[in-house]
Amino acid sequence: MNLRPDPTFHPSPKLAMQAPAETLAFTLMLSPDASQPDGLAVVDVDPGSGTFGQILHQVIMPNKGDEFHHFGWNACSSALSPLTGHAFLERRYLIIPGIRSSRIYVVDVKEPLKAKIHKIIEPEEVFAKTGYSRPHTIHCGPEGIYVSTLGGGGKDGTDGPPGIFIMDCETFDVIGRYEIDRGSQDKQYDFWWNLPRDYMVSSEWGLPPQFENGLVPEDLLSNKYGHRIHFWNLRERKNIQTIDLGENHQMALEIRPAHDPVKEYGFCGVVVDTTNLEGSIWTWWRENGTWHAKKTVTIPPQPANPDDLPELLKGFSAVPPLVTDIDLSLDDKYLYVSCWGTGEMHQYDVSDPMNPKLAGKVEIGGIVKKTQHPNGKDFGYGPQMVEVSRDGKRVYWTNSLYSTWDEQFYPGERGGAMVKADVGANGGLTLDKTFFVEFPKGYRSHQIRLEGGDCSTDSFCYPSV
Amino acid sequence: MADIYSTTAGLWLAVVASGLYHGLNPGMGWPLAVSAALMERRAGALWRALGALAAGHLAAVIVILLPFAVMTVLIDWQREIRLAAGIAVIVLGAWILVTKRHPRFLARVKPTRLVLWSFLVALAHGAALMLVPIYLGLCRTEELDTAHRAAEALMSSSLFMALGVALVHTAAMIGAGGAVAWGVYRWLGLKFLTRGWFDLERVWGASLILVGVVALATA
Repeated sequence: MNLRPDPTFHPSPKLAMQAPAETLAFTLMLSPDASQPDGLAVVDVDPGSGTFGQILHQVIMPNKGDEFHHFGWNACSSALSPLTGHAFLERRYLIIPGIRSSRIYVVDVKEPLKAKIHKIIEPEEVFAKTGYSRPHTIHCGPEGIYVSTLGGGGKDGTDGPPGIFIMDCETFDVIGRYEIDRGSQDKQYDFWWNLPRDYMVSSEWGLPPQFENGLVPEDLLSNKYGHRIHFWNLRERKNIQTIDLGENHQMALEIRPAHDPVKEYGFCGVVVDTTNLEGSIWTWWRENGTWHAKKTVTIPPQPANPDDLPELLKGFSAVPPLVTDIDLSLDDKYLYVSCWGTGEMHQYDVSDPMNPKLAGKVEIGGIVKKTQHPNGKDFGYGPQMVEVSRDGKRVYWTNSLYSTWDEQFYPGERGGAMVKADVGANGGLTLDKTFFVEFPKGYRSHQIRLEGGDCSTDSFCYPSV
Repeated sequence: MADIYSTTAGLWLAVVASGLYHGLNPGMGWPLAVSAALMERRAGALWRALGALAAGHLAAVIVILLPFAVMTVLIDWQREIRLAAGIAVIVLGAWILVTKRHPRFLARVKPTRLVLWSFLVALAHGAALMLVPIYLGLCRTEELDTAHRAAEALMSSSLFMALGVALVHTAAMIGAGGAVAWGVYRWLGLKFLTRGWFDLERVWGASLILVGVVALATA
């Protein structure tokens, strides 16, 4: 037990940026055909170490077919909230949900190189206590650990809408549903919040039949995936406003609020515009008590020879950028945007959130370009789950989107990988030639968490001053 | 007589000391005043937040002391009341020591409802209850001093005593908490939060037990 707050809890984003750099990364490994159990890889990211870029330890789960995707900590800087007085929790456990199995693993990483399973929450417990299935995003917050889900009840997850449930932050017992009044929300993907300002924002992907066996082209072309974002009164657990981005803006995924809680704006990435195959970034903000959203970045598709395209895209003679993940640096200055289809990682200067400017770009992988890593190796798929170091100087990413979707856009096995890029003093992005993590045969890689917190985990309760 | 005066002085000192103690404990809210000032980018918000925290704390102390003030008319039962209060404080202290659980309903209070938050925290963590044995001790010295009086007079003096204890305690509490909040806001910076925040849960539980044991021993 701690007598003082965990040294990885920081009152403000600015203090978090000044903390010691990460030396380890935790990366999820998934077996796309469920032939092996999924796992957690502990990766050495300390440039001064002799094993830099190597997997030092693996935690392999006892079950198959979980399909790991996103995960999160049991506790983060939000524990320093003066309102909840949980300052003495330890940042010690990673909460890893299987989005296919609905099983949740709690992995103890107190000694990272001896990381081990602490507790397993079986799917039946999740179903019985919440009526939800397919758990996805994890955030620790005022009432415990919040878990978003992609499915409702029933075998195919369409019996009732998906939503968010809460787990106890010490015993990891599933407590129950979060929502008291969900309004018109009927799909779910990501969520995040501003704790002192007491609001939450959530987004929409699609229902389980729309993604589990692959993207459904008819649903996409008839704009049936999610295209709305929801604003909630966090502690009243009430949906207070829904903004429709327009039905052609299919799959509103990652929600990235400004980290500094004084700011009342944030971003959301939209995978594809069905009218022109563009990817887009939206800025949302609050003005006089009302929420607004505006498209502030568009990324055009790139013309391509149908012969170079997978079946799904042949008819379009173009490769869409497919904005599948975005991440905001802790100083709220740079927004990183994964273009999984074209094989590009964009860096936007969002100092003026209404007017982002492209500040850097790296090409790697891609459906058509298949750009190699500077070390000469092939990088399968495209840049996908992106994570930024607390100090904003290093950006890491992996390459798999989702097992069945990988097959549609990038047929065949292309290998899981994790790379790193360095950020220039005035922006700009350069791939590190010496860092290229290859995963064990048959495994793909998904979300990354950095030791001591990163740019998509911690919520801060005090402003950067 | 000298004995009574020194006991009275000691008890008032305890009222002030417990106030300082509660005020310094971050769990009673001074970080919220820092947060308010930083979020609104003006020092005025710090004082407003402190005012709200003080109001909530004061209300909690009064709510807990009032029933005991009324019960002072039961002159023949004073010893039993003092024993019961001592036991109640010990039980709460032991519960805090053993369970180490946080009341989850507190997390539902909105950040803008500082008065309510402060009121509930003072009740839930036994801050108000901690004062009961001290208060009863003060009533007792009063009673010895003036011998037996009419129930009405006794009750009104008990009520005044409760109000006095609550006010003095809250003034000390907000003075201490306010000083830390101002110090962090003005000079020490947020880093102090991670360096200066100690886990007082066990100390807090032990404090309750100590107060209860002293109450029992002197009942």
